[in-house]
Amino acid sequence: MRKQLVNTVESVLKDDERTVLLLGDIGVFGFRHAFRSFPNRVYNIGILEQATVSLAAGLSLNGLIPIVHTIAPFLVERSLEQLKIGFCYQKLGGNFISVGASYDYAALGCTHHCPADVGLLKNLPGMEIVVPGTSGEFDILFKQAYSDGNPTYFRLSERENPVSYDVEFGKANVIKKGKLATVAAVGPLLKPVLEASKDLDVTVLYYTTISPFDPKTLKDNCPSLKVLLCEPYYQGALSLEITKALAPAPVLLECLGVPHRFLTDYGQAHEHDEVIGFTPQSIRERIERLIYA
Amino acid sequence: MRSDIKHLRRKIIKLAADSGEGHIPSALSVLDILWVLYDRVLKFDPKNPDDPNRDRFILSKGHASLGLYAVLAEKGFFPVKDLESFGKFDSAFGGHPDRNKVPGIETSTGSLGHGLPMAVGAALGLRIQNIGSRVYALIGDGEANEGTIWESALLASHHQLSNLVCVVDYNHSTDRALGLGCMSEKFRAFGWDSTIIDGHDHQAIFGALKRSSNSRPIAVIAETIKGRGCPIMENNAEWHHKSPSMAELESILESLI
Repeated sequence: MRKQLVNTVESVLKDDERTVLLLGDIGVFGFRHAFRSFPNRVYNIGILEQATVSLAAGLSLNGLIPIVHTIAPFLVERSLEQLKIGFCYQKLGGNFISVGASYDYAALGCTHHCPADVGLLKNLPGMEIVVPGTSGEFDILFKQAYSDGNPTYFRLSERENPVSYDVEFGKANVIKKGKLATVAAVGPLLKPVLEASKDLDVTVLYYTTISPFDPKTLKDNCPSLKVLLCEPYYQGALSLEITKALAPAPVLLECLGVPHRFLTDYGQAHEHDEVIGFTPQSIRERIERLIYA
Repeated sequence: MRSDIKHLRRKIIKLAADSGEGHIPSALSVLDILWVLYDRVLKFDPKNPDDPNRDRFILSKGHASLGLYAVLAEKGFFPVKDLESFGKFDSAFGGHPDRNKVPGIETSTGSLGHGLPMAVGAALGLRIQNIGSRVYALIGDGEANEGTIWESALLASHHQLSNLVCVVDYNHSTDRALGLGCMSEKFRAFGWDSTIIDGHDHQAIFGALKRSSNSRPIAVIAETIKGRGCPIMENNAEWHHKSPSMAELESILESLI
């Protein structure tokens, strides 16, 4: 999604003079044309994420629209209080685009993993969270949300689904309908979920906006009251939203996600997928267990 | 001028006593600086607090909010009477200021180390927007323990933000924890224009706040006394976050300088 990141942000820089891009000393080569085209509005700000996020809030105070980009743990975990106060508490708009996701940089180790980002940001009132599943979806969702006056986090990953859907900010997509269970897949997990469920009589919902959560699509598409929630970050971040959406009916909820521990192994991301169970075969077993539960 | 300050000191202490809340010594430490800033330096229109051409003031050490509220009321941003609700459940005026509740408050601060980097962003934003206004930030020496203050110092000088003035309320509250030595040398080492003044001398404050530089941000190291003007509180840590009882109030108000 990195190439798309450059294309999307460049087109917004071109079309909207209020936008300002702040890079945490990554992506500098990719944005080399933007540096030349918009020297006043594109900065390689340096490796000081906390001050960068507050500085971005200062830009927003002036009516500008900041776009901050760096690797997920540094943008979210290191700067969490700056996001909380600078943007959420002050009710200012801004955009935070991370790369690396949970463990795209598997071999770099836990300092560069960020499976906690969505759970942490969900605890900041007013923070919007977007997890696109493809480059094309990022382009659509960014353009819909970047100037909505709220802080918005875009979680980009190297992992992509093969097909883009007609996504809309704040709405889930119904990918297929079935009776025996509902699988809610977030972002890039749609690919293994669709493979796993291709001949099963289940509903598949696709969530690319995490906050604000779309409860209606779930409520309207869960006749079984059995849900398998598949999230590519620490598991269960959306569990409260799922149970609240279906209340007062009792839901049988199973959560697949990154287990709540440090992933101290290295290797490649797909090796972690296998251990965690982000594979079609493993997901199929989880769905079948749920159907027969 | 001096009588105005004494009047503001009285107001601050009475508000804190009535509400049982507030950091009085910090508010008194910065009061002379705030008064000179709003009385003689900043461009603003209290009837149009969001005017894009206004100068900005960011109280990075948000716990001195009482001092800022008192000055903003005096300058007509809201009726002085509104301040009587200070610290109450549904008041707009809390122990730390909220930009979404109080006209004239530019940023919601409280946690230390957030206001100055926001001021850097506001100063950069003004330059991007071709607006010739200035941004003033007030930090404390305790606050300067925070790494973001020095991250901001690097950013402001690298980007040559000569429209930014950082006033350090150097009341030495952090000497007991992490001494900072000569703050002026530190800012100069980070590429700032820097000067040291008596933070209670109005003429010196005015001169320093009006300094200009072609390419450097400006640091004003204001040597101040916590609790200035209230003898029982001056440099007395016991009073950092304490309100006078009604029994103490009368003698404290009598003693004000």
